[in-house]
This record gives sequence, C-alpha cells and structure tokens, in this order.
Amino acid sequence: MKKFLTAILFAPLLAFAAGAELHLDRAPDKANDMAALQNGAKIFVNYCLNCHSASYMRYSRLKDIGISDAQIRDNLMFTAEKVGEPMKIAMQRAEAKAWFGVAPPDLTIITRARASEFGSGADWVYTYLRTFYRDETRPTGWNNMVFANVGMPHVFWELQGEQAMGEDHKLTVVKPGKLKPQEFDTMVGDLVAYLKYMGEPVAEFRKQLGVIVLIFLAVFFVFAYALKREYWKDIH
Amino acid sequence: MSKMNAILQGTLSWVDERFPLTTLWKDHLAEYYAPKNFNFWYFFGSLAMLVLVIQIVTGILLTMHFKPDASLNASGVPVAFASVEYIMRDVPWGWLIRYMHSTGASAFFAVVYLHMFRGMLYGSYRKPRELIWIFGMIIFLALMAEAFFGYLLPWGQMSFWGAQVIVNLFSAIPFIGPDLSLWLRGDYVVGDATLNRFFAFHVIAVPMVLLGLVAAHLIALHEVGSNNPDGVEIKKKKDANGVPLDGIPFHPYYTVKDIVGVVVFLMVFSVILFFMPEFGGYFLEYNNFFPADPLVTPLHIAPVWYFTPYYSILRAVTYPLFGIDAKFWGVVAMGASTLIIALLPWLDRSPVKSIRYRGPLYKGFLTAFIASFLILGYLGMLGPTPVRTIVAQICSVIYFAFFLLMPIYSSLDKCQPEPDRVTSK
Repeated sequence: MKKFLTAILFAPLLAFAAGAELHLDRAPDKANDMAALQNGAKIFVNYCLNCHSASYMRYSRLKDIGISDAQIRDNLMFTAEKVGEPMKIAMQRAEAKAWFGVAPPDLTIITRARASEFGSGADWVYTYLRTFYRDETRPTGWNNMVFANVGMPHVFWELQGEQAMGEDHKLTVVKPGKLKPQEFDTMVGDLVAYLKYMGEPVAEFRKQLGVIVLIFLAVFFVFAYALKREYWKDIH
Repeated sequence: MSKMNAILQGTLSWVDERFPLTTLWKDHLAEYYAPKNFNFWYFFGSLAMLVLVIQIVTGILLTMHFKPDASLNASGVPVAFASVEYIMRDVPWGWLIRYMHSTGASAFFAVVYLHMFRGMLYGSYRKPRELIWIFGMIIFLALMAEAFFGYLLPWGQMSFWGAQVIVNLFSAIPFIGPDLSLWLRGDYVVGDATLNRFFAFHVIAVPMVLLGLVAAHLIALHEVGSNNPDGVEIKKKKDANGVPLDGIPFHPYYTVKDIVGVVVFLMVFSVILFFMPEFGGYFLEYNNFFPADPLVTPLHIAPVWYFTPYYSILRAVTYPLFGIDAKFWGVVAMGASTLIIALLPWLDRSPVKSIRYRGPLYKGFLTAFIASFLILGYLGMLGPTPVRTIVAQICSVIYFAFFLLMPIYSSLDKCQPEPDRVTSK
C-alpha cells in the first residue's frame, strides 16, 4: 500500500518535465519611481500611441504619477480633445490589419495578459522590446526572439541600433544606435514600468489599503478571540 | 426603562401572533443544541454562507455596471470585456468589488471542498443525515453551473474558449448531441446569444436555486441535529428538560466561535485580494486579459483550478466503447465522478461514522482518494502528454474505486468501538 501510494505521489513529477522554455529578462521594478513612470508615459505616447490604443486608460489618470492636467494637455495629449478622454488612436483597424497583417492590440492591460509561468507580463514586454533582430525574410525586415514572426517592426531601431542573430541563437549589435545599450535598457525599463502601472493604476493603493485592512482584522481578531474564550470558559 | 421594555415586549408578541419570530429564533439559534466538541473542520459551513453573501452583494453591484454584449466597440474591443475594465478603473471602488467577486468564486470552492471533506472525515452523510448530504450535493452541482456561467461573462480568451470546449462536450452525445449543443449556445459558435443567456442564468436562475437549496440544507440539518467529530448522536443522552447532555445552544456559543473563524478567513481572503488578486494565474487566468477572439485558439485551454479534477477524468477516457466515441464516455465519466459522491450514504457500510474509530482500510482508501483528487486537479491544469494521460487514468480508477469498493472495504474494516458520549479533543 505504502509503495503504491509513493508511486502515485511521485509519478506526476515525471509527467511535468517536458515543455518549451521561454527565457525572459527580469524587468526592473520602478513602480514607485515617479520620474521613471513619467518618462515611460512620454515614451508611450510618442512611440506606441500611434498604432496601439490604450482605450481603457484616461489621460486624466496620469495625475496618479504626478503629471498635471496642464502638462498632459501641452505635452502628452495628441489624440484627444479633453483630458477625461481615453487614449484612443486615429488609425482605422481595417487599414491597420491590411498594413501589418493584424490590427495592433490595445495595450492598456498588455502586461497583465502577457504573464505566464516564465515570468511576469512586464518581463515579457521588457524582453520583447529589446530582442528585435534583422531578418530579411520578414516583410518588415525584423523578427523577434520572444514573439516569432511578429507583425510589428522595430520601432526603437534608431535608438537601439540593429541586432543580428548568430548561429548560437544569441543576438549581437551589428550597427550601434543613438543610445548605449545600458541607456536603451533603462529607457525600455521606464516604458515597461509605465505599461505595468497602466495595466492596473490602482495596484499601489490596493497594497497600501491591504496593509490597513489586515491591521484592522488583526485587532478585531484579538477581541473576537477574547469574546469566544469568555463565553466558552465554562464548557468542558 | 420598564415602560420601554413593555413596548418592546408588546411589539414582539404582536409579531409573534402573526409570524413565528421567537419560535424561529429559538429553533435555529438560541435553542438549537449543537455538539460541544466541534473542531477546526466545522468552520467551513458558516464560511460558505459568508462567501455566498459576499458573492450576492458584490454580484448585485457588478451587475449595475457590467454589459453582457459581445459586439465590438469603436476601439475593436468587445463591450462586455471593456465594461469589466471600466469597472476596474472608472467605477469608484469597482476594482475592490470585482476582486472580491473573483476571489470569492475561488474561495467558495475552497470552502465547499473543505466542508465536503469534513463530511467524509466524520461520516456526516450517514443516517439520519442522507438528505442533508443530497441537498449539499445539489448545491455543489448548482455552484459548478454558477461558476461556469459566470466565467464566460468577462468575455476574455479563456472565457470564450472554455465555454466553447464545455458546450461542445454535449455534441458527443449520440443522435441529439449536435442539435443539443446548438440549442445551448443559441448560435453556431459561442456568441452574443450565449453571453446573454449565461448572464441570465448567472444572475437570476442559478442563484435562486442555490438560495432555496441552502435553506433546505439548513432546515434538514436543524431537524436532525449536527453530527460531530466523534460521530455519536448527542440526542441519545438528554437531561430532564430534554436538552442533550453534550449539546450547547448554537447562539451564543457557536456564533461567537464562528466570528473568530470569519476573521481568520477574512485575513486569508484579504491577503489574496489585496496582494495577489490573480493568485499566480489560478484565480484570474492571464490569458483572460486578452479579449475573446473566435479566430485565435489558445495553445492551451485549461479550466479554472476548481474544475480541473473532473476535466482530467474527462480527458483520461481514451477508448471508444460500443462504437461510440471516447469523448462521449469521457463526458459520462466526468458526470459520474461528480454524481457518485451523492451515493456515499448508501455505499458506506461501516458500523462507525467518524474517522477516529475507523480501521486502516478506510483510512488508506481515503488517503489514496484525496491524493488522486489532488493529482487529477494538478494534471487538469496542464496540457496532455502520454505519461500524464496514464497517470490521470490510474488516478481516475482510484477515484472511482474509493466509491465503488466502499461497500466491501467499509464492512470488512477493523473499527474501534465508539464512545457513549462525545470526547473533548
């Protein structure tokens, strides 16, 4: 019986060894770095928000990360009339589909959707944006390490430069860009931090509130337990 | 003061002459005598009711902002999906309400599974509590239906493809299958018609059934009285007033005790809700943050954790039989795996109820059953491979053997004698 039980308990371990691996770089945690988040918002609006919408995110929400209404209106709001409007784009979905083969997805909650057992969604996007390489067989001339045969071209090629994939499946810079590799990583890190913030703007407040709720419950527990003991002292 | 008292007394007797308020209070709380030796496992019944209330209250609030509409908005996002994000972002405290509801769904199953396991540990399903068990099993089936219908509503990729897979199971039934699944969906694929009817079932039909069954479950329980960890009937030993010697009034003793359980439960619930609402993709699946796309089939479609044991049993059946597709027999096995639990009162032939006095045979079979249930649950989250399928088949056989062989091993088992009265600790 015991042997049999051991067998069925450990058999599953054999069953779970297989499966394709996806290696993701860890995105830096900048959830409380306002300067990074603001820089990320600026990059997002300038580079992403032409083809990709963020249609659940209102411009006015950027006040969360310390950007004033006036700053939003003057520097960030290219596609809307009022700060209360969501981040939509002018490009028609049908046209986008004809150009890229697929309509670019809405990016509001992309860091939540791209999470997997290999890493967080932020890790995925952080790796994705840094691993474009030259591939002349693709219509755009670009391919990607984590998203094979992606429809999107390398938007940051002027900044990162051009990478090529060697025989060992590693990327090397073949033509340097305007930014040093480290500067480029910091820039993408800022952008990903912003995307993560946008995926759930309430996340930091949620955690703060959680601490307060747990402290309240801990105090409540002391009284509830004392009440129970008082009532039950005569029950044997 | 005495004048105030007289007014209150007068009001109460006015009500009592027209509605049995005092009688109900006494029968179900102040003079409902519960065994004094309830342990940890006895918290989960009242916790299940708490979660039911959480789900109903948060569900009503969500309904005020959710839109069951599969059509695309101007940004190309399904309206239903966008309305959930609207709740998460623009509705004041909407994120809290939505996370309470999504965490509550998983908490409901966690609590109910522990509640059912308690029944198996202490033989709570045995005579005279068969009907309580049957009502409970129907509650469990209704809860699964409720969860299945609710999971489609956010209209994400997993919502859509999960519903597509489950409704397609019905097409495996010979002759009527294809027409039946078409009738259930209301369309050739899961679509707007499906979303709207699932919404109706989720917010009205199934909750009404659930509430009625919970009432029946409690009325039946209070008629025969609660079982306890020793599995002996406290009603056999009563004092001169007809009060069981080992019984204590549910109120105030168990109301104050259950408050402690509620606080501890709420702490666990809050840790998940505030710090890990997705619970690593088990409570909110990552792929469900992509809107439903009928043209893109996900590589791996897995149900939420609480369905995975039965899903594993479904996939474990790989042999066609009597010229009918294996898929059909998989559906039959899956259905049987949930229904067979209801037969426990008649399968168990042991002279004792509680695990405390049972022999090694039952303990061994119960351990193997729990292990197979957990392994099946784990396998159900993963894609199938030949090795995994064999493991799932072995575990499915153990799952059913626990029930089907019970009349034999439970009567052969070497049990210890039950005590006359309940024991403390």
